[in-house]
Amino acid sequence: MVERDLWQKGMWSENPALVKLLGLCPLLAVSNNAINGLGLGIATLITLIVANCLTSLLRPILLTSIRIPIYVLIIAATVTILELLIKAWLPDLHSSLGIFLPLIVTNCLIIGRSESFASRHTLPESLLDALAMGIGFLWVLLLLGGLRELIGQGTLLDEAHILFGQQAENWTLNVFNADHGILLALLPPGAFITLGLLLAVKNKLDETLTTNNGKAG
Amino acid sequence: MNQVQRASLTLAVCVLTAIVALSMTHRFTKDRIALTQHQWLTNNLQAVLPEGPYDNDPLLSMHTVEAIALGGGQAVKVYPVYKNQKPYAAVLTVVAPNGYNGSIKLLLGLTANGTIIGARVTDHKETPGLGDDLELKRSDWINDFSNKSLNSTTGKSWNVRKEGGSFDAFTGATITPRAVVHAIFRALRWYENNQELIFIL
Repeated sequence: MVERDLWQKGMWSENPALVKLLGLCPLLAVSNNAINGLGLGIATLITLIVANCLTSLLRPILLTSIRIPIYVLIIAATVTILELLIKAWLPDLHSSLGIFLPLIVTNCLIIGRSESFASRHTLPESLLDALAMGIGFLWVLLLLGGLRELIGQGTLLDEAHILFGQQAENWTLNVFNADHGILLALLPPGAFITLGLLLAVKNKLDETLTTNNGKAG
Repeated sequence: MNQVQRASLTLAVCVLTAIVALSMTHRFTKDRIALTQHQWLTNNLQAVLPEGPYDNDPLLSMHTVEAIALGGGQAVKVYPVYKNQKPYAAVLTVVAPNGYNGSIKLLLGLTANGTIIGARVTDHKETPGLGDDLELKRSDWINDFSNKSLNSTTGKSWNVRKEGGSFDAFTGATITPRAVVHAIFRALRWYENNQELIFIL
C-alpha cells in the first residue's frame, strides 16, 4: 500500500512538475523538443536516485547542522560526474542541453526530496521515492517537449540520434509540414503557455474525478 | 568529541570522498572527451578546407592572432594549411557579435588568394525556426558563401538582398544573416592584408 501511495504521489497527486512546480527553469528551457526533454528527464532521474540513496545511507552520521551542505555536496558531485560521462559519450546531447545539464544541481526537486524524504526513510523507500518523483518529472518534461515540438515544427523525435546514436537518425516522425507550425510553441512564451494548459487539463481531470467519486460515494 | 568537531570531521570526510570520486571520473573520461572534441573539430575543419593531402596537420598548426574586430573582442584562432612548402589555405574562427541573440561563431575556410572554400556556424543562439537556417542541417544558405571572394563580389554586395546586397535573408529574420554576411566580409578584408600573421612557417 505504501508502495502504491509513493507511485501515485510522484506520478500524479504530488507530481514535481505539475503540482509542486519544482525545477521549472530547466523544464521550460529545454522542453523545445521531445528528445531534449527525455535527455534532461533521464539525467534528473539518475541524479535523484543517487542523491536519495546516498542521503538515506548517510542518515546515521547526518547531523542536523551539516545536512544541507552534505546534500549540496552529494548532488553537485553526482551532476558533475554525470556531465563528464555525457560529455564523453553523448557529446551532441551535451551541447544540446548546454548549461541546463550542470544546472540540475540547482533543481529544488532533488534537494527537496533529500531533505523531506530520504533523510527520514530507509534505503528501499528512498529509492522508490526517487523513481516515482523522477519518472513523474520525466513524463511531464517528455510530454511538454513532444507537444511543443509537434505544434512548433510538426515533428516528433527530431534529432533522436543525439540520445540514441546513429541508428536513430531516421526516427523523426514528420506529422505535418513544418511551414504550418506555430513558431510561438518553440519560443519561451510557448513553454509557459503549454505548461499552463497542461496544468489546467490536470486540474480539470482531478475536479471531474472528485465529483464523480463524490456522487458514487 | 563535541558536536562541532564531529560535524567538521563528517563534512571533511564527505568532501574528500567527493573529490576522489570526481577526480577518478575526470581521469576516466578526459581522453574520451579530448577525442570527441578533436573529432568534432577535425570534421568541421575538413568541411571548410580543400581535400588533402597537405604538408601539415591544421589542428597542430593552430595559433592565435590578436584581431579584436574579427573575434568579437577575443583573439582569433587560425589554422594555416601548407602545400609544397607554400601557403595553401587557412581556416579562421570568426565571430559575428551582432546576431539577434548574441554572438554567432563561424569557421571560415579560405584559399591562399582569398576565395572562400566554405563556412560553417559552430555556435549560435538565434531564434529556433527563424534564425537557425544558419545551420546546414536546416538549410543550405551557408553554402552561398562558397567560391565567393572580394574580387567576385564587390563591397556593396556584401549585404542581404533587402539592403542591396547579393545574399538571401531568412523569412522573418534579417538581423541574423546580415550579421553573418558582415562578419565574413570583415574577415575577407582583414585576410587580404594580414596573411603574414597567418602563414608564419
